[in-house]
Amino acid sequence: MNPALLVIALFLAIAFALGLWARRGHAMSLEQWAVGGRGFGAIFVFLLMAGEIYTTFTFLGGSGWAYGRGAPAFYILCYGAIAYTISYFLLPAIWRYATRHRLHSQADFFVLKYRSPALGVIVSLVSVAAIVPYLVLQLKGLGIIVSETSYGVIAPWAAVWISTAALVVYVTISGVRGSAWTAVIKDVMILAVAVGLGVYLPVRYFGGYRPMFEAIEHAHPGFLTLPARGMSASWFVSTVALSALGFYMWPHAFASTYTARSEDVFRKNAVVMPLYQLVLLFVFFTGFAAILTVPGLKGADADLSLLRLSKLAFPQTLVGVIGAAGLLTALVPGSMLLLTGATILAKNVIRPLAGWADDRDVSRLARALVPAIAVLGAVLAIYGGTAIVPLLLTGYNLVTQLAPALLLSLGERPIASRAGAMAGILAGEAVVTALTATGATLAKLFPSWPSAITDLNAGVVALAVNVVALALVSAVTRDPRAASHATS
Amino acid sequence: MPGRSAAPAYRWIAVLPPLALLVGAPLANRVHLLVFGVPFLLAWIVACVVLTSGVMALLLALDRRGGEPAAPVAPAPGREID
Repeated sequence: MNPALLVIALFLAIAFALGLWARRGHAMSLEQWAVGGRGFGAIFVFLLMAGEIYTTFTFLGGSGWAYGRGAPAFYILCYGAIAYTISYFLLPAIWRYATRHRLHSQADFFVLKYRSPALGVIVSLVSVAAIVPYLVLQLKGLGIIVSETSYGVIAPWAAVWISTAALVVYVTISGVRGSAWTAVIKDVMILAVAVGLGVYLPVRYFGGYRPMFEAIEHAHPGFLTLPARGMSASWFVSTVALSALGFYMWPHAFASTYTARSEDVFRKNAVVMPLYQLVLLFVFFTGFAAILTVPGLKGADADLSLLRLSKLAFPQTLVGVIGAAGLLTALVPGSMLLLTGATILAKNVIRPLAGWADDRDVSRLARALVPAIAVLGAVLAIYGGTAIVPLLLTGYNLVTQLAPALLLSLGERPIASRAGAMAGILAGEAVVTALTATGATLAKLFPSWPSAITDLNAGVVALAVNVVALALVSAVTRDPRAASHATS
Repeated sequence: MPGRSAAPAYRWIAVLPPLALLVGAPLANRVHLLVFGVPFLLAWIVACVVLTSGVMALLLALDRRGGEPAAPVAPAPGREID
C-alpha cells in the first residue's frame, strides 16, 4: 500500500470511528436513524446540507467540466445562489408542516398534503429513480479517487467495489448523526484542499490567474465564454433555472430540512450558504490549471483532471490528503443518498403496498435495502460511461418534475387536484425518460429552429408538459375536500 | 392563501440576485475581458453570489425587526416564537 492510499485508509477509519461514536446514547429508532431526532441547530443543519450539496460532483465534476467544457461549468456556481434565495421562503413552510405532522420523508409530505397514498408511491419512485444517478456519480468519484491514488495498483472497477463496500459499512453503523460529524471534518478538509489547490496550482504553473487565463484563451479561443451554439446562453439560463427549482426537490435535501430545531435555521443558512459556495471558484481554477498542464483527457476522463494534476504537483502523502478530502465529499452525501433511498423504498413504497403496521419491520427492511441499492449503483458506475456532470443533470431533470405539485401544495390547501398532481408528475417524467433514453435534444428534433430555442435544456419541455397536464387535469377533477376552495 | 397578501413589500428585494444571474449572465457573456485576472462572466457570477448573501442578510434583518405588525408568512399552529 502506497503512502497516498494509507492516508485515505486512515481517514476512512476516522469516519467509521466517528459514526460509531456519534450513535452512542441514542436508541436507533427509525426517526433517530433517519432524521436525527429533529434536534439539530443551525450549525449542524448547515453542515448536513453543505455535506449533501458539496459532493464529488463539485470536487471532481466541477473541475472536470472546467477542464473539458470551460465557461459552461460556471452554471454550477449559479443555481445554488438562486436555490438559497428560494429556500428562505420555501424551507420554513416545509419545516413547519413536516414537524407538526412528524413526517420522515419527502413523500410523506405529498401523501398528507394531497391525502393520497398513491401519490406518495409515485413521488417515492421518482425520488429513488433520481437518487440512483446521483449515487452512481458518488461511487464513480470514489472509484476515481481510489484507483488514481493507488497509482495504477487498483483497477477502476475494483476501486468502485471497494468504495461501495466502505459506503455500505459506513451507512450501516452510523445513520444521520455520523453523517453530520463526518461532515464537520469533510468541510474543513474540502475547504483547505480546494482553496489550497485553486490558489497554489495556477501560481505554480502560470504565475497567477491572469497569465493562466490568458494562456488558455490563447490556446483555446472562446473557451472562457459560453459558445454561440450548444451550451450557449440559452442552455446556461435554462439549466440554472431548472436546477435551482429542483435543488430542494431532491428527497435527501428535502428530508434534511426535517432535522432542524427551528425554522430560523433556514433563514440563517440562506445568508451563509451562498458565500460558502464560493469554494467552487477554486475548484474551477484547479480544472483550468489542468487544461495546459495535463492535456489530453477526453470525455468522461476529464473528471480525472484534478487528481492527475495533483499527482504531477505533489508528493504521494499530500495526494493522499487530497484523495481523503475527495473520499469524504463522496462518503457523506453518498451515505445520505443511500439512507434516503432505502428509507423511501421501505417506508413509502413497500410499506403501503404490503400493508405493514410495525415501524420495526420498516426499519429492518430499510437497513437491508442499503446494500441492495449500493450494489445497483456500483454496477451502473462500472458499466455506464457517462461523466459526472451529465449524470447529475439527468437526476435533476427527474426530480424537478416534482416542483409544480409541491409548490402548489404549500398553501392551506393544494391548488392542484390529486389527479392533477399525479398527471403532471407522470407526464413530466414520461418526457424526461423518453428524452434520456433516446438521447434526443431539441436541436436534433427541430434542426431548423433558432438555436436560442433549441439550445434550451430539454428539461424545460418536460416541465412545460408537466404544468399543462397538471392544469388540465386539475381543471376537470376536483378533490372533495378542496371543493370549497375558491382559488382552485 | 390567507395571510400571504400581508407579506411586506421589501421582500421583493429577494428577486434582484436571481434576476442579475438569469438576465445578467447572457449579457456578461458578451464581454471578453479579464477582470481581477478572471473571465468577466465568472467575475459577474461571483458578484451575484456575494449579492445574494447580502440581500438575504438584509431580508433577515428586516424580517426580524418588522415581524410584529405584519406577520411575514401565514402563521401556522405550533410555530415557534423567536
